[in-house]
Amino acid sequence: MSVLRVENLHAGYGHIEALHGVDVEVAEGEIVALIGANGAGKSTLLMSICGNPRARQGRIEFLGEDITRLPTHAIVRRGLAQSPEGRRIFPFMTVLENLQMGAVTTQVQHFDEDLERVFTLYPILRERRQQRAGTLSGGEQQMLAIGRALMSRPRLLLLDEPSLGLAPLLVRQIFSVIREINERDRVTVFLVEQNAYHALRLAHRGYVMANGKIVLSGEGRELLENEEIRKAYLEGGR
Amino acid sequence: MHANHARTPFDLGAALKDAGLVAGIVVLLTVALVGARVQDISSGPPVVFRFDDVIAAALLAFVGRFAIALLRGGRPRPVLIAALAFALGLSAILVHGVTSAGPGLTRLLPFASPVINWVIAIAAWILSARAAWLQWHATSTLDAEAREAREARMDRLGAMVQTWARFFGPLLLGVAVVLPFLPGIDRRLLDIAILVVTYIMLGWGLNIVVGLAGLLDLGYVAFYAVGAYSYALLALYFDLGFWTCLPFAGIMAAFAGILLGFPVLRLRGDYLAIVTLGFGEMIRIILLNWYTFTNGPDGLSGIPRPTLFGLPFTANPPEGQASFHSFFGLEYSPLDRIVFLYYVILGLALVTNLFTLRIRKLPVGRAWEALREDEIACRSLGVHPRNTKLTAFAIGAMFGGFGGSFFATRQGFVSPESFTFIESAMILAIVVLGGMGSQIGVVFAAILLIGLPEVFRELNQYRMLAFGLAMVAIMVWRPRGLLAHREPTVRLADHAPGAADAAPEMRT
Ligand SMILES: Nc1ncnc2c1ncn2[C@@H]1O[C@H](COP(=O)(O)OP(=O)(O)OP(=O)(O)O)[C@@H](O)[C@H]1O
Ligand SMILES: [Mg+2]
Repeated sequence: MSVLRVENLHAGYGHIEALHGVDVEVAEGEIVALIGANGAGKSTLLMSICGNPRARQGRIEFLGEDITRLPTHAIVRRGLAQSPEGRRIFPFMTVLENLQMGAVTTQVQHFDEDLERVFTLYPILRERRQQRAGTLSGGEQQMLAIGRALMSRPRLLLLDEPSLGLAPLLVRQIFSVIREINERDRVTVFLVEQNAYHALRLAHRGYVMANGKIVLSGEGRELLENEEIRKAYLEGGR
Repeated sequence: MHANHARTPFDLGAALKDAGLVAGIVVLLTVALVGARVQDISSGPPVVFRFDDVIAAALLAFVGRFAIALLRGGRPRPVLIAALAFALGLSAILVHGVTSAGPGLTRLLPFASPVINWVIAIAAWILSARAAWLQWHATSTLDAEAREAREARMDRLGAMVQTWARFFGPLLLGVAVVLPFLPGIDRRLLDIAILVVTYIMLGWGLNIVVGLAGLLDLGYVAFYAVGAYSYALLALYFDLGFWTCLPFAGIMAAFAGILLGFPVLRLRGDYLAIVTLGFGEMIRIILLNWYTFTNGPDGLSGIPRPTLFGLPFTANPPEGQASFHSFFGLEYSPLDRIVFLYYVILGLALVTNLFTLRIRKLPVGRAWEALREDEIACRSLGVHPRNTKLTAFAIGAMFGGFGGSFFATRQGFVSPESFTFIESAMILAIVVLGGMGSQIGVVFAAILLIGLPEVFRELNQYRMLAFGLAMVAIMVWRPRGLLAHREPTVRLADHAPGAADAAPEMRT
C-alpha cells in the first residue's frame, strides 16, 4: 500500500513556480531518497506535502486520504512528521522541552516510552536534556530535530538534509539510525539529501529532481550505477 | 556574524529629491485641509489661512523622509543624534507645557494641536529607536566579540537573578503580605503599593501575551477598560457586587480578546502591534461616544466598593446591617478599606503569577513559547498556531479584565480618560524592561517605573522622558529585556539548579 502519493504537484512562492508537476510515490516500509541540485525544489516538495506552500494543482494523498487542502497541523496529526530544512529546533528551550513539543499530537501515556526510545537512539541527548537546545553542536541539533520528529510516532517521516554540515563519522551515524528507525520501528522514510552516495545506498528507491520536475527514478543501487547521476552528483562527492 | 564592512554608496541627490517630492505632496494635501479653514462668517473673514502649519508639516515631512533615506542607506548615526535631540526637546517642551501653564517655550512647538505634537514626538522617538537599533547592528559587527562577552555577562546576571528569585521571591512575598502593618506605612504609601501591585498584575497578565507567546500587543489597556466598564455597568444596572461581577468582567475581557484576536492573529510583529494599538483606541472612543450606555466622557460614578463576605467597609452601614468594624467589634478606621483593597489586588496578582507559572509547564504554555521561537517548526509539529495564540490572547485579556474591575472598584469611578495609550505603553514597558517572560523582572520594573516616580512626586513630570530614554537604551543594549533569562519548565532532581545555563558557552 502506498503511504504517500503525490500526483502532478504544482507549487511555488508568489509568482515563482518551483514545482512543475511532480509525481512521487512512497510505499509502506520504504526508505525513499530524493536527490537533486541546489534550488531544484526538493525542500519545496517536502514543505508542500505538509501544506505550506499550498499545492496549486495536483493531488497529495497520505494513507489513502486526500490531504491536498488540509492545513499543516491537521496533516501532521494524521501521522506525518517532518524534520524541516535547517533543523528548526527551539533554541531557547531545553532539549527535553523540544522533545515534549514533538509529542503534542500524541497521547501522554506514550510519552515516557517514546522518550526512552529517542534517548536509546541518541544517548547524547539524554546527557544534554537540560541544556538549552541552541547551545548544542550542529550534529546534536540534527539528532534533536530527528528525535523531536520521532516523538509524534509518525507513520511517515520526512527528513530534509539530515546530514547537512556534519563530519563523515556523524553522517554515518545519522544514516544508521535512520535505517534502524525504518527497520525496528517500521517508520516509512522520505528523505532529501545532498549526500547522494550515502542516501542512495541507504534508500530502497530514489528520485532525482531537476528544475522542479522528477527527471529520473529507480532503485537506490540502480541509480548509484547510473552514468549521468555519477557525473552530476557523485563525482568528487566521494 | 557576517563582517560586512563595505559601506553601501548613498545617493544624496536622490534622497533629497525624494524628500522634496514627499514634502510637496504634504503641502498639496495640507493646504486644502489645514491651511485654509472655513469659519463662521459672523466672527471674522470666511476663510482663514494658516500657512505656518503647512510649512511646519512640509518641513517635518522633508526631514523625516530624508532621515528614513539615511537609515535605509546605512547611515544611522546622524539620524540617531538628530532624532534623539528632537524627540527629547519636543517631549520636554510638551511635558513642561502640560504641567506648568507653559510660557514662552511652547511657542517653539511645530503645531497648535498638542495631539499632533505628541504624534510627531512619538514618531521622532520611534525614528531614534530604529536608528539606535541599526547603529547597534552596524557597530556590533565590528566588535562582535565584545558584544558577545557583554551578552554573556548579562545572561549570567539574568540567570543569577533567576536563581536568587527562588529565595528572593518568597521573601518579597512575605514583605508584601505584612506590608500594611509595617511601621511607617501610611495611607499614601499604601495607595502607592496598591498602584504598584496593580501594575505588577497587569504586567504579569501582558507577559503571557508578549513574553510567553511573543505577540506584541500595544492595546492591552482595551481589556483593562472592558473589565472596568463590565464591572461598573453590571454593578450599576443590575446592582451586583464586586465578587459576583469579577468572573464576568474577566470573561467579557477574554471575549473581547478572542473577538480581536480571531481576525488579526494571522498578522505578525509590527502589523499586529499596529492593529492592537488601533483596537485599544477604538474601545476608548466607543466608551467616549456611546453616551446613553457608558455616560461618555462624564464617566460612571457610584461604583460599589468591594465587601468582605458581604461586610462593607463603611462607617455607618444601613440599618440592620453589619459592617466590617462593627462585626469584628473594632473601632472604625478609614484605613481598613485601603488595607482590604491592597489584599484584594495582591491576591489577584498572585493568582495571575501562579497561573502563569503553572501553565508554562502545560502543553499549551509550552506551545506559546515554542510559537514565539519558531512558528514554522511549530506547525510542522502539529500545533494549531491561531488557536494557540488565541488562548494566550484571551487569557492575557482575562487578567487585564480582572485588573480593570479592581481598578473600577478601587476608584469608585471610571471614565475613558483612564484608558489611554500611555497606559498600554506603561504596562508594555514594564514587561519589556523586566525582561520578556521574566516574572520577577516585572516586579522590579513595576517598582522602578511606577513606584519610584510616585514616591518622588517631583520626578513625575520627567517620567515619560526617562521612559523614552530607558527604552532606547534597552533596545540598544539588551533587546530581549534587562533580566531576560528563560527558566526551563522541567527540572530533574538529579540536576544541580542552574548548572545547565551557567555554562551557555559550553559547546561540544
Ligand atoms: N520562501 C521562498 N520564497 C520564494 N522563493 C523560494 C522560497 N523558498 C524557495 N524558493 C525558490 O524555490 C526554488 C526551489 O527551492 P528549494 O528550497 O525547494 O530548493 P532545494 O532543492 O531544497 O535546494 P537546496 O538543495 O539548496 O536546499 C528556488 O529557486 C528558490 O529560490
Ligand atoms: Mg533544500
